[in-house]
Amino acid sequence: MKAIVNVYLKQGVLDPQGKATLHALESLGFTGVKDVRIGKQIVLELDASNATEAKAEVEKMSQTLLANTVIEDYNIEIVQ
Amino acid sequence: MRVAILRFPGTNCEFDTKYAFDKLGCDSIIVWHGEEKLPQDIDLVVVPGGFSYGDYLRSGSIARFANIMKDVTRYANSGGKVLGICNGFQILTEAGLLPGALKRNINLHFKSKYQYLRVENNNNTFLNKCSIGEILHIPIAHADGNYYIDDKGLEKLEANGQILLRYVDKEGKVDSINGSVEAIAGICNKTKNIFGLMPHPERAIESLLGSDDGVKMLQGFTS
Repeated sequence: MKAIVNVYLKQGVLDPQGKATLHALESLGFTGVKDVRIGKQIVLELDASNATEAKAEVEKMSQTLLANTVIEDYNIEIVQ
Repeated sequence: MRVAILRFPGTNCEFDTKYAFDKLGCDSIIVWHGEEKLPQDIDLVVVPGGFSYGDYLRSGSIARFANIMKDVTRYANSGGKVLGICNGFQILTEAGLLPGALKRNINLHFKSKYQYLRVENNNNTFLNKCSIGEILHIPIAHADGNYYIDDKGLEKLEANGQILLRYVDKEGKVDSINGSVEAIAGICNKTKNIFGLMPHPERAIESLLGSDDGVKMLQGFTS
């Protein structure tokens, strides 16, 4: 079983990397991009058989280490 | 006075920090992150600068779970004095010992230069030798120094006199060089025994090398 954790800065917290990338896209002539947010994806290979339990465990991991909830949000996807 | 200076894999300011405190007449000792306990009878723990654990995941996020941090947390929560410099500041925010977080600098630059700082509060151990409004000239060297705290947290910092230092220009005008909320360069906790700042006072100890403004900052701990 795999868990995919996406971590990104909270809405309202300025994302300097996203902003720089947005400006780069604009300077390359890509119009119509309103905002860019850059996050990270953490893929965990789990030794687990129960998706609900696995998700609860990954939730704990995210709260403890994978995300800094002062500035970041995250979502978890379990892939069988 | 006895100072414990922590060392994680990737720490690189422990010897500068030791030099500074030894020069101020302290007895300082470098403590490996794998230790379970801080040395006995210490008066200050310094979490120095560097790139602990390669700054992987987030700056300070892995170091904060190192063995020694359990005892540092116990020490801090029982009123012991702790100073985090640069990566040490990041580690202390990750550990929840100081409020807020440090993000990537607004322009994505690694900023390495001398920087003017303005003393905002001196009613604390750290800056009691400095006067409010005083301008200090101290090196900075960081990529993740963009201090963030939400509006409610900021109000508390202001109300409790927890903002220690702000980035300013030569004339003392506020200049948020890395995007920090309210140009904040250093803070302390509510009970004023845990201190964190991005600038490096330990690198401003000899006027021959550019500035000795760091002396009066660190001296706050020695008396």
